[in-house]
Amino acid sequence: MTHHVILRVVSKFLIPLIALFAFYVQFHGDYGPGGGFQAGVILAASVILYALIFGLEEAKKSIPPTWVRVGMALGVLLYGGTGVATWLLGGAFLDYDVLAHDAAHGQHHGILAVELGVLLAVSSVMVTIFYAFGSRQPDLTDEDW
Amino acid sequence: MDILPAYPAWLIEHGAALAVVLPLLTGAVCAVLRSERAAWIVTLIVTGACAVVSFGVLLTIFAGEVQIYEMGGWEPPYGIAYVIDGLNAPVLFLISAIAFIGTLYGIPSVTAEVEPGKRAPFYGAFLLCVAGLLGMVVTGDAFNVFVFLEVSSISTYVLVAMGASRDRRALAAACRYLILGSIGATLFVVGVGCLYMETGTLNMLDMSRILSEIGGGSRVALVGFGFIVIGLGLKLAMFPLHLWLPGAYAHAPSFVTVFLASTATKAALYLLLRFMFVVFDPSFEYDTAIITYVITTVAVAGMLLASLQAVYQTDARRTLAYSSIAQVGYMLLGIGMATAAGLSAGYLHLINHALIKGALFLALGAFWYRYGIMRVLDFRGLGQIMPWTMGAFTLGGLSLIGVPFTAGFVSKYNLAMAAAANGWWWAVGVIMAASVLAIIYMGRMLLVAYFQPPPEVDGEAVAKNEAPLLMLVPMWVLAGLSILIGINADWIVHAADGAAMVLTAGGGVRP
Repeated sequence: MTHHVILRVVSKFLIPLIALFAFYVQFHGDYGPGGGFQAGVILAASVILYALIFGLEEAKKSIPPTWVRVGMALGVLLYGGTGVATWLLGGAFLDYDVLAHDAAHGQHHGILAVELGVLLAVSSVMVTIFYAFGSRQPDLTDEDW
Repeated sequence: MDILPAYPAWLIEHGAALAVVLPLLTGAVCAVLRSERAAWIVTLIVTGACAVVSFGVLLTIFAGEVQIYEMGGWEPPYGIAYVIDGLNAPVLFLISAIAFIGTLYGIPSVTAEVEPGKRAPFYGAFLLCVAGLLGMVVTGDAFNVFVFLEVSSISTYVLVAMGASRDRRALAAACRYLILGSIGATLFVVGVGCLYMETGTLNMLDMSRILSEIGGGSRVALVGFGFIVIGLGLKLAMFPLHLWLPGAYAHAPSFVTVFLASTATKAALYLLLRFMFVVFDPSFEYDTAIITYVITTVAVAGMLLASLQAVYQTDARRTLAYSSIAQVGYMLLGIGMATAAGLSAGYLHLINHALIKGALFLALGAFWYRYGIMRVLDFRGLGQIMPWTMGAFTLGGLSLIGVPFTAGFVSKYNLAMAAAANGWWWAVGVIMAASVLAIIYMGRMLLVAYFQPPPEVDGEAVAKNEAPLLMLVPMWVLAGLSILIGINADWIVHAADGAAMVLTAGGGVRP
């Protein structure tokens, strides 16, 4: 894509900010509105915006579909793995209390790991869905814009 | 009961969560595995482990315990609790055992019916479906039910659509199932929302307590009840809401059909029982009215009309699919009586039908695997060219009809006795009429298979070509079980009575 200078410049500026905001929402989720799901959607939105502006092929080059597929599984495993870890430490499934020396810290660690899993799974799924639908039709030529 | 001490205490204590978590996590692993053989082995081990765990849990329930597992250590009603009692423990074991038996069958069937690149993810979706169904059954939280309902449904749509490499119509069937299934799930969650508004809790036991304190609640609870019944009715293929079922069963890969026919509608039926008799109580006026008039009516309509439709199908899998709808009618008839005996008989039929239909669909899959047979007319000579497979099919068919010394007879007999005890002599007649229709549609297949010579290719009769061992073993296990139940049904009737006891505990059901 050679023209659409404004779109390209603005989105180049915005995409990192969107991704950054995603992480803000992610880590702010413990104390206020936010969390893994919202952050995952925002993070995926940055990738999708990139794909919209620079083309699906470019996006697939920077974020390969195989990574995304592994990301989906990894997210679920991180979430579930936290539960398995609490099992191994002698608690109930997803009982974060046992993760650290005292319960409050344990809850912090636990929710952090779980929300990371959610972030990974949600953003990967969003991108996968976009890739799947986007790949079904021929890419738009510049003239069609 | 000697087996129980062999289980580690930890396994039983965490059994409820373990049975759901194991397939959920390994499902995610399978989705990214490259080797289909590795995915199959993982699936086999996990479903086997689930079956072992849920059997242990079943034994503790038989010993008279109720298991409550607090997720994350949050005590109910604030946190999510998994509750296992006499009502869901048998269904839990049934689903995981059928998943295990079905997986054995997977190697030949999936290799033949699913595209090479999609086989490992196929097992991933299957494990997610198992996790969803098990979750639906064990959870004691109404919203969590919805979550697992969606987990199992969405993976089921994928599984049905995987049949596309064999039959493109699978895509249309999956799409129809997706639309109707989503409507069902939406109606269900609207119902749960109404209940939450009425009671302020999502924990089923808490809901039940609050609802009985306020005597059934206001119109909001009534509306919620209606939404839940219709939503679950769509999922369990209650008669006029069954339109997704024949296509999904006929065009999905046989492996999926076997699993769906034996478990998916059963899990939804369990939920219907749970909501109608435990969360809501038949002592509420509207609950009894819907059970007596609506459920019984659709049960009878389903038994007769779906059986009649089964008679006119040319595709063997469609015949059995319509028969499944009719059999759901039998179970609903048991519910409609709302007596302990009727509920027990309906529950018994739920388990028996899972075994019977499992065996029948396994045999149909084998017919397709060897000869590509789908139509009833093509069954010619199958009694000679695939005697063992046809033998299992025949046992299953006889059991479906309800011939003495088969599982089908036991449950139909119990159902008829319960109807008679309830004074519903017309229901006995309906059971007989539907069984006669079953004789017609099953007999049609058996007659063609046994009394017509095998087709000839180039002047020579088709050679004998038995199904592979991995297909024969699962189908004979299920067919054998249905005969075993026919000979000695005490243990399974005991389980069904245990379930009926949970259902009648609320006090609104006549003994």
